[in-house]
Amino acid sequence: MSVVIDAKELDLTFQTNDGPVHALSDINLQIESGEFVSFIGPSGCGKTTLLRVIADLEKPTGGLISVNGVTPEEARLARAYGYVFQAAALYPWRTIGGNISLPLEVMGFGKSERAERIEKNLDLVNLTGFDKKFPWQLSGGMQQRASIARALSFDPDMLLMDEPFGALDEIVRDHLNEQLLKLWAQTQKTVVFVTHSIPEAVFLSTKIVVMSPRPGRIHEIIDCDLGDDRSLDIRESAKFLEIAHLVREGLRLGHSYDD
Amino acid sequence: MKERTGISSFLFDRFLPIGSVVVVILAAWYAFAVFMNAQFELDQAARANTEISATQLVKNTMAQERPVLPAPHQVANEIWKTTALKKITSKRSLVYHSWVTISSTLLGFVMGTGLGILLAVLIVHSNVLDKSLMPWIITSQTIPILAVAPMIIVVLNAVGISGLLPKSLISAYLSFFPVAVGMVKGLRSPDLMHLDLMRTYNASRSQIFWKLRWPSAVPFLFTSMKVAVAISLVGAIVGELPTGAVAGLGARLLTGSYYGQTIQIWSALIAAAALAAVLVMLVDLASRIVSGRMGMVR
Repeated sequence: MSVVIDAKELDLTFQTNDGPVHALSDINLQIESGEFVSFIGPSGCGKTTLLRVIADLEKPTGGLISVNGVTPEEARLARAYGYVFQAAALYPWRTIGGNISLPLEVMGFGKSERAERIEKNLDLVNLTGFDKKFPWQLSGGMQQRASIARALSFDPDMLLMDEPFGALDEIVRDHLNEQLLKLWAQTQKTVVFVTHSIPEAVFLSTKIVVMSPRPGRIHEIIDCDLGDDRSLDIRESAKFLEIAHLVREGLRLGHSYDD
Repeated sequence: MKERTGISSFLFDRFLPIGSVVVVILAAWYAFAVFMNAQFELDQAARANTEISATQLVKNTMAQERPVLPAPHQVANEIWKTTALKKITSKRSLVYHSWVTISSTLLGFVMGTGLGILLAVLIVHSNVLDKSLMPWIITSQTIPILAVAPMIIVVLNAVGISGLLPKSLISAYLSFFPVAVGMVKGLRSPDLMHLDLMRTYNASRSQIFWKLRWPSAVPFLFTSMKVAVAISLVGAIVGELPTGAVAGLGARLLTGSYYGQTIQIWSALIAAAALAAVLVMLVDLASRIVSGRMGMVR
């Protein structure tokens, strides 16, 4: 396994009208290829900001970070990752197929190649046959699945997901978590996943990065070796509860529950 | 409430409310016509030293040749005479004059919309142009068009340009404004997430424009085009006033006022209003077709 994301003493300070805000402070983190890493923490802990730094949507103000051995910008220009936002962010004037086709058009794939990839990725997220539908005709969970298909369509090495299921109800979320694990097993991609749900983080991850606020920093990194074959049932297992407890303790020690 | 369908839906949901408003307007119009025109009849009677009965008075007020306010049926009759009963090539045909006005309206509308879109694209892509152009665009609309119109017509006439183009330029001058303002807003309407998404794909400026900004701006475009087409018509009519009343609805208004032909003025006004309504409806229809294709009609 090789290191795909390597951050050393990473800092990011936003200059605002109310003075500087330390969004990230002294972040040291290594993510290896094929891992499923979750960032967890309360709002304001910088988990989304860290993901955006990896994606070159924010520039760090200090420290070093490399993605695939190059700078985040070079990695972005090389289209190293697919990004999934909190909302599905589908373009409402494009059909589901048209939305999945969007990155492919931007990147200059030919027409037949596009059609092939649309079909393949819709199958992957269990939305076969929905390519002619418009986004508003789909439920929230289906829309988010379509947005995952869009992120996967150009076959990037990495999937960066920013609370992708945060806006969905728990039943849909459980279902999508299971599907996401299957997808991860099938595609072997590196996944970086931002969440504020402890069960979600434990269920999905191979490694959980517990973050704490003011300034945003990494409190603790917890290994989550629940094995490859996970079903929703493992959430009642002793091992699962033990790791969940560790994460909760980490959050508490990181002052996440303070007022 | 139960959903009405077919003829009953048309009758109760469209015809009845709109019809009632029309009836109220017509009633008020007749009342005003009697009120405004009565003085003339009373003066006439006084001059002839005769008494005039109330019924005769009301009857007369609706049949004057040059009333202060013509009654609706007089205007309707005039419109009927000058449309259906005249050859459309005749200088007295309202259809002929409407056509003259429509053609410069449409040419001006197309030029104005094009200019508005162009300015909006420049403004959205350049901070310098945003700061330098926008104040001028707004200033351009604070100048009374009635003052500018004759100058444009006269100056262009002096360099040998006359006819359709000068009038269209006035329409364009008025109609580019709502389009420019609406499109600046529209091209800036994509939310941050949609823009970030394009950034993760490493999309070029022109790709972001054609695949994101332009489609997001389409609803704004049609809304501003509805305003633009209506004021294009106003511009065309204003542009016809200083041409020495040659042709067009503006010319009909002007000659009408020269000779005190109030009925002619009102029929030209009604024709202009009807034209504006039709033009706005056409833009609306185009808007529905396009938004249907873009999956925005549910």
